[in-house]
Amino acid sequence: MTSSGQPLVEVRGAEKRFGTTHALRGVDLSIRCGQCLGLVGRNGAGKSTLVSILSGLAEPDAGTVRFGGEPAPRVGDIRRWREWIATVFQHSMIVPDLSVAENVFLGSTPGFVSWREMRARTRAIMREWGFDIPAEAPCRELSVEQRQIVEIARALARGARCVLLDEPTAALERQAGRRLFERVRQLTEGGVAVLYISHHLEEVFEICQDVAVLRDGELVLTAPVADLTRDDLVAAMVGARTAAAHPQAAGGQPGREADVKPDARGDVVLAVDDLSADSGRGRLAGVSLRVHAGEIVGVTGLLSAGVATLGRAIAGADQQASGEVRLNGRLVPSGRRDAAQRAGMGYIPEDRRAEGFVAQLGVAENVTMTVTRKLSGRFGLIRPSRRAAVAAPLTASLSLVSSGPGQQVSELSGGNQQKVTVARTLAHDPSLIVAITPTRGVDVASKELLLDSLARVAAAGHASILLCTDELSDLVICDRVIVLVRGEVFAEFTQPPFDRDELIVATEGISGTTPRVPAGTAEEAAE
Amino acid sequence: MMSNQTPDGPAGTAATTATAATAATTGAAVRPGDDAVAIPAPGAVGGLGALGSWLRAMNAGVLREVALLPVLLLLIIVGSVVSPVFLTISNFAGIGQQSSALGVVVAGESLILLIGGMDLSLESTFGLAPMVAAWLIVPVAAFGSGTDLNPYLGIIVLIVVGAAVGMINGLLIVKGRLNGFIVTLGMTIVLAGLQNGIVKAETLFNLPRAFDYLGSASWGQLPVSLVVTVIIFVLVGLFLRYHQIGRAIYAIGGNTAAARAAGIKVERIKIGVYVAGGVLAAIGGLMEAGRVSAVTGQQGYQEGIIFSVFAAAVIGGVSLKGGRGNMVGAASGVILLGIVANILDLANVSNYWIEAINGSVILFALVLARIVGGESTAEER
Repeated sequence: MTSSGQPLVEVRGAEKRFGTTHALRGVDLSIRCGQCLGLVGRNGAGKSTLVSILSGLAEPDAGTVRFGGEPAPRVGDIRRWREWIATVFQHSMIVPDLSVAENVFLGSTPGFVSWREMRARTRAIMREWGFDIPAEAPCRELSVEQRQIVEIARALARGARCVLLDEPTAALERQAGRRLFERVRQLTEGGVAVLYISHHLEEVFEICQDVAVLRDGELVLTAPVADLTRDDLVAAMVGARTAAAHPQAAGGQPGREADVKPDARGDVVLAVDDLSADSGRGRLAGVSLRVHAGEIVGVTGLLSAGVATLGRAIAGADQQASGEVRLNGRLVPSGRRDAAQRAGMGYIPEDRRAEGFVAQLGVAENVTMTVTRKLSGRFGLIRPSRRAAVAAPLTASLSLVSSGPGQQVSELSGGNQQKVTVARTLAHDPSLIVAITPTRGVDVASKELLLDSLARVAAAGHASILLCTDELSDLVICDRVIVLVRGEVFAEFTQPPFDRDELIVATEGISGTTPRVPAGTAEEAAE
Repeated sequence: MMSNQTPDGPAGTAATTATAATAATTGAAVRPGDDAVAIPAPGAVGGLGALGSWLRAMNAGVLREVALLPVLLLLIIVGSVVSPVFLTISNFAGIGQQSSALGVVVAGESLILLIGGMDLSLESTFGLAPMVAAWLIVPVAAFGSGTDLNPYLGIIVLIVVGAAVGMINGLLIVKGRLNGFIVTLGMTIVLAGLQNGIVKAETLFNLPRAFDYLGSASWGQLPVSLVVTVIIFVLVGLFLRYHQIGRAIYAIGGNTAAARAAGIKVERIKIGVYVAGGVLAAIGGLMEAGRVSAVTGQQGYQEGIIFSVFAAAVIGGVSLKGGRGNMVGAASGVILLGIVANILDLANVSNYWIEAINGSVILFALVLARIVGGESTAEER
């Protein structure tokens, strides 16, 4: 029955509804051996649903999944399912306390474990595919990139002929991303099918042969990448109707920014002096910077450069070792998030799942979580209707899609969850927003809305500081960009537009080609 | 975009054999409990099957509240078969009086569970707080201290003891970053030891009227303790649903890091909740002392009431992981345990077998609540 011409994985007429949400509408998709198929779509287009159906975690309401021409195993029979298709999820499925070998064979060990054999087989897999991770190493010590490879190795160890990569580069630095692409090519050359899900269209163009576009639960386009331009893809993702509905969002931010901004710098809103901090996210070794009213300052650098550490220390989410943070001239106590917020410090955390929202509470409640004191009337009581009324304009301004103010945030798509996090910050009308990678894992249109909301805060005379490690394109909204290298200010770019290549070179700590080396910092500190 | 539909829509459309009357009553029962979801027209709902699917359409919190309803109905049927006495007002008044003390402790434990904590020492506070108060009140002949404290001041002492224990627990757990299980386990034993040490395992009796009024008095058929317990549950329930700190409790239990990032004073609220739990446990102890007109060395720790406290809370859908559950659920858990104990009593079950049966019923109730409540009552998701 199985023949070489047959698709390895085939989905026919997949339908899935969640209540009133029609997540998938008759999706047909097939993947051949050795093919790398890109799957793109905006947040909420149905990608995650399709992934969970393909991973055997959810059953479609209608339609079939076939592997090598035969019906797929029962949903929930994860072990047999994994023999065909294995998923590397956005969120690591590695047990950090176990070794590499144990993680590779997680859930597929026989009754009695032969450690020697398990390690030997792990080493064999690593060798076969050219990965270099010791089988004995505890996964806790591995980088994000290495953990992904462990997950891929796990898939290969089970003989999966199809690997599903869900936003694999989201947590990787650029170079690690490049190495991942090499791995993907190795896999496809070895006959493995890869379904590659990404928000980064350039990645799709780089490593996929074909691309499938989901929009509102429908597969609107499947074509070889070579036949498409980037604009074709974006048009397919956004759809003509939606594109027309958000002309202002698509409009050029830099131009509008330039109109609004006065030439002279406003008052200093944020003053950071000689800030040092130790953190697993990267050490900070004496950073000083100023942010003025009406300004958006970008901070970028490699993952380990301390970008997120800086953001967390400024926002009061983590304690600093030394140095001080002043907001509008007032000292912000170290590591006191509640005090920082009362002083007017908005905070959009790096990891929305960890810090951005409370999953089992409703949209309105999450959005207004920063303003419960203001919302509550006598005796501290809060009327749910008032909560919904306060949340409504915020969610509307961000085009947050939910079934109502009471819908649990856990039920929203990733992009809408991020909007909850951003709306929560906007709700308390901060005089400065500290946004750490605010657009990670968010689709193109939502990304513009989110950045636009930061720009609006700055335009209203407040300020924003945007910290990002990989989404360099987000920096277009910034007036200045500070580059951190190994926890110190390495360079400052004061003249938009910022050249992407120059930024990348600076983040790597190479100063030769950078036009404006620390000069800006010295001037700043002297103020 | 902001329509008021639940994700599943009003699944009551699946209604087949509807009686408008049941629909109307259930609608009314659930309505005040829900704060965000539109209630479908009563006519669209009915029948037990349709009721289930409609409830599933409501948000998970509301669903949990009524998940025990079928179990309670079943128990009431069993009870009325077992004994003709069961379905009498005086019997139910008795159940109310017997369950009140436990219920108040469950309210306190539920608050602590909601912030993602746990407190084993509530059972010792339940014994120690009334012991200290009574010791200061009763005469030396009744093994008191001889201070002959005014009983009203004694009640204040009782509340202060509960608050102090909660404060120490809270400080150790929150500020000292110690594990709540171990801290409160140690505290349990310390307090139980104090309880025995103060009176050298004697029983304090001859309690003044003001002190045992709460636990023993009745207004007609209605026990005062039941009224006070109901008031406590209603107040705590409303506080959790509508007060900013109540909502912060859910936020902290659901995702502490997110609550902190949103500027909520996580530590202060957590400590406050431990204090509230201690105070409620002390009040529960006062009820128990009044009910039996004495404070024994056994009250609390040696009775092992903490197991019943956890059982009631968890059967009632309060998650041990925090952030999920409410007072309606907790109350239904208390009622369930009370009815089970009463039925076993009425059926003259041998004392040797009572615990085995009691435990089995608790497990059965958990399973049934899980089936009726679907995913929402599961610990793992």
